[in-house]
This record gives sequence, structure tokens and C-alpha cells, in this order.
Amino acid sequence: MKGLTRDRTISVALVAPSILLIAVFVYGFIGFTGFSSLTKWDSITPDFTFVGLHNYARLFSTVPTDRFLCDLRNTVTFTVLFLIACIVIGFFLAVLLDRHVKGEGIFRNIFLFPMAISYIVTGVVWRWILSPGNPQSGATGINQLFDFLGLGFLKWGWFTDPTILYIHPESGFGTFLAHIGLRGLASPYIGVSLAMISVVIAATWQMSGYTMAMYLAALRGIPTEMREAARVDGASELQIYRRVIVPMIRPVTLSALIVLGHISLKIFDLVVSMTGPGPAFATDVPAFYMWDTTFRGGNFAQGAAIATLLLLVVALLIIPYLVSTNRKEVR
Amino acid sequence: MTTASHRRPLHAGPIVIYALLLIASVVYLTPVLVQLVTGLKSFQEVSLSRMWQLPKSLSFESFAKAWSGAYQGLTGLSVNFMNSVYLTVPATLISAALGSMNGYVLAKWKFRGANILFPMLLFGMFIPYQSILIPLVRVLQDMHLYGTRGGLIFVHIVYGIPITTLIFRNYYAAIPDELIEASKIDGAGILGIYALILFPLSLPGFVVVMIWQFTSIWNDFLFAVIITSKPSLQPITVALNNLAGSFSVEWNVQMAGALIAALPTLLVYIFLSRYFMSGLLAGSVKG
Repeated sequence: MKGLTRDRTISVALVAPSILLIAVFVYGFIGFTGFSSLTKWDSITPDFTFVGLHNYARLFSTVPTDRFLCDLRNTVTFTVLFLIACIVIGFFLAVLLDRHVKGEGIFRNIFLFPMAISYIVTGVVWRWILSPGNPQSGATGINQLFDFLGLGFLKWGWFTDPTILYIHPESGFGTFLAHIGLRGLASPYIGVSLAMISVVIAATWQMSGYTMAMYLAALRGIPTEMREAARVDGASELQIYRRVIVPMIRPVTLSALIVLGHISLKIFDLVVSMTGPGPAFATDVPAFYMWDTTFRGGNFAQGAAIATLLLLVVALLIIPYLVSTNRKEVR
Repeated sequence: MTTASHRRPLHAGPIVIYALLLIASVVYLTPVLVQLVTGLKSFQEVSLSRMWQLPKSLSFESFAKAWSGAYQGLTGLSVNFMNSVYLTVPATLISAALGSMNGYVLAKWKFRGANILFPMLLFGMFIPYQSILIPLVRVLQDMHLYGTRGGLIFVHIVYGIPITTLIFRNYYAAIPDELIEASKIDGAGILGIYALILFPLSLPGFVVVMIWQFTSIWNDFLFAVIITSKPSLQPITVALNNLAGSFSVEWNVQMAGALIAALPTLLVYIFLSRYFMSGLLAGSVKG
């Protein structure tokens, strides 16, 4: 009995430092950031004068800058396209590899290796590949490849193109929306920033191997008898995928969406190394804005407000996920 | 007849499947090949408009330049490469040791509240680090660790606790409790059981965790750029970003630099991809 309590004490002593560090460096710091976001701290010297939600209100207004509204639009553009691309490509590659191909290991490694590389390297390389070129140099990068393949009509400005697709308030549909009280939807902040597509391509190159690996593991987990049974019942291959396999791997899709979704909300390194904020903030994202305004601009309270919003959105996504995984384990 | 037609997609498949896989492989490999090909070109040959052409003759000039050549305000990458080594190796070892201890206790010596504590610990690896950077800089300054290599190592250890604990806890949970109970009866204590039973069985767990930490610390940019402002202390990701952001640096040198920065994690991946995969699926969580 005495030995047991001694062991208990040691066990707590072993984990105590880690728990303390996480309590301070994660939860304590989050608290401090949240507090800072409510203050006037806008230079190197801290100023903890309470200003309420002023910093948040400023983010969502267009004065003095509409940068955060652009960031939100870009994050939505990026997240939606990135998730669709990773899910579709990852699933497609997993289905191909699941057909017992020779050299499966080699193919799998080829699709997975970009995950081992830094986002900075990825950004530097893809910026080069997607450099559109200019009238003096002629087409470069992928655009040049398009020319070579006779697909010149596909050439465009990639990450240098500031075009935002949105419903113009003065257009026919825009006036219609105004009529039915949805004027807010016809705004350049509710739209698609085309320059983000370049960042999506680079990020998908890096992360689609992850969904491929998850799906492949899930497909391998489906008993062969189930497919056989469906086949005996006269189902075609396509039907087997639609009716049997896709529903069975839904949990994998859900966790891939959560994991990749929170990564896409936090995306930072890739933007730094590939594009920066871009023309008219066409490729700016909240994580970049936070870093820029805090550590380059000295607007600590403003940065803290962005960080707090970012954390809240990530928490909304992650906490239910953690709770449900934990519950499953306890059961 | 009907069964034949139903089976056809399966049998018509192989050539199509291999063709699709090959095309996909070429696409995935292109960025690395472009780096390699461009890095091997001489300065005269390199220009964006010729990026898809193979080099006429091999030149290691760009690698040499990226490695040691000094540009205005930039040092060669060799310094930063070594900085990354000095940073990554100790941080990886210490966080693996810490994770192993935590994982052991949380898997085999569950105390009251551990079931609530563990998910709270895990949450730490999902947070956007922007939400802790402002106080982090201040606290590191107070600890006189700001701007030092030791400070960066410390930060990587702290924010590595959740993932290393998770992987080790899952790994140890698979080891039967009977083994532990038996040695308890033999009179072994908590540390003895770890030293005699768990630790010797842990090697694969350590490999997975160390690969994971090595890769994420080597590839980290955010902590590095915030904490180390002196170029002579900056790890390679920060230096590469500076190199690529400077207009005076030629493309071939940038690409050679990118390849140098990617090489260590690529090699680890090539030789230990099996463990990399299991880390990915075991953790299944981190970005």
C-alpha cells in the first residue's frame, strides 16, 4: 500500500511539469491575448486601457482598412477549394491504389512525400512554377507550358491576378438582391479571390497525400465480403462505390475535413513565402495579417483581436472533435 | 453475359489505372524535379523562360552559392543549416523523452481527472500559435531567452508536449496491463517498470515521435521568425525565405537553396517512410 502511494506521487510528479507548462503557455497565454485584444495597446509600450470590443469592431469595418474583410473572403475561398481538392484527389488516388497495383509502395510515397517538406520550400518552388511572366520576358512557368501544349488560352496571371468574382451591386442580379433585402450579398467581400487558386494548388500538392493515406487505410478496412456480396447482388462497380464504400468511409471524410479545415484556417507560412498579401490583399489571410500588424506594425491589441477570432473559429471546429474522440475511447 | 458486363470496369482497368497513376506521379514530382534541374543550371542558362529545359551541362555553382555565397545582407545557408541542426536535434530528443514519460503515466497510471486533462492537453496542438505569440515574446524576454537558440528549443519542447504525449500514450495503451501488474507483484515500482518493461518496448514509438518532431521543428517558420531575429541564429526556413524574397538572388540559387532546406526531412522520409505513415495515422491530427 505504501509503495503504491509512493508510485502515485511519482506518477504525478512526472507529468506535473508538462501540465504546468501547458497550463501557462497555452491557457494562460490565450487568456492574456484575449485580454490584450480589449485594450488600447498599439505601440511597443503596453497600454492596457480598456476599450471593450473596439478592436473587433474595427476589424469588421472598412475604416481605416477593409483588410480583415478581404482576409475572411480569402480564407473562405481557400478553405472551400482546398478541402474539395484534397478530398476528391485523395479519394481518387486511394481508389486507384486500392486496385492492388504493382509498385503501390512507390506510388504511395510519391503522393505522400510533399508532406515532409516545409511550407516555405513549397511556397518558393510553386511561386516559381506559377510565375506568369510579363510582356518583356514572355510567358513563364506553367503559362509557358500551356503555350507549348497549344493551350495558350489557359494562360493567366495566377497569384498576381487581383480579380475578385462577386455579384456587382449595380448588376441585374445585384439590384434583384437589393430588392429582396439581401443587398449585403452583392459585395466584393462575399466573393472568390482568383489569386488564392495558386495557393490552393501549392497546398493541395502538399496535403492531398494525407487524405490519400487516410482513405487508403479506410478502404483496406472494408471487408472484401461486403464488396463481393454487393457484386453478387448485381451491383456495378460504380454502384458499389456509391452505395457501399462512400457511406462506410464517411467518418474518415469527416475527420479529414476537420484536420485539414483547421490547417487551412491557420495557413501562414505558405502565404509568406509564396505571395505575401498580394495585390489589393488578394492573397492576404488572417494569420498573416496578425503577424504583420503585430510584429511589423506594433499594433498589439489589433493583432490580439485577430488571433482571438482565429482561435475561436478553430476551437469551434476542434473541441467537438476532441470531445467525441475522447468519448469513443472511454466507451 | 450480364456478369461479364458488370465485371468489365474491373478488367478494362489496369492500363487506365497505371496510366492515371503515372500521370499523377509526374505531377507530384514536377516541383522537385524543377528544383533539381534549375539548381543544376549555370547562371547563364537560368531564366524563367527556360525553366522547362534541361541544363546543357551540369553545374553545382548554384548549390555552392546558396550554401556559402554571401549576398548583400544575407549569409550563406550553411550557417542556417547548422543552426537548424543544433535546434532540431536537442529539441527532438528532449520532447521525445518528455512525451514518453507523459504517455506512460497517462496510459498506465491514470489518476483522477486524467480523462479531462488529456483532451485539454491535446487542444494545445490545434491552436493557431498566433493566439499565444504576444505573451510568448514577453515571457521569453523576461526569461532572457528571447532571440536565443535556447529559447527556440524551449518553445518547440513546450508546444511539442501534446503531440508527443498523444503518440506515446496510444502506443503504451496497446501494451497489456498484465505485464505491468505482474512486475508490480514482483515488487517493481513505477520507475522500475518503465525502465525494465516499457522503455525497451518503446523503440518504434520513439522512432515515430522523433521523426514527427524532427520534421515539424525543421520545417517550422513561425516560431523561428518571431523568436530569432539575428540572421546568424536563424534556422534554414527563415533564411530561405529571406533568400527567396531578395530580388538580387537568382532563381537557380533560390531553387538550390530550397532543395538544401528540404533535403534532411526528405531523406528521413525516404528511409523511414513506414514510420512517417504510422505517425501520420496515429497522430492523425497535426498540421
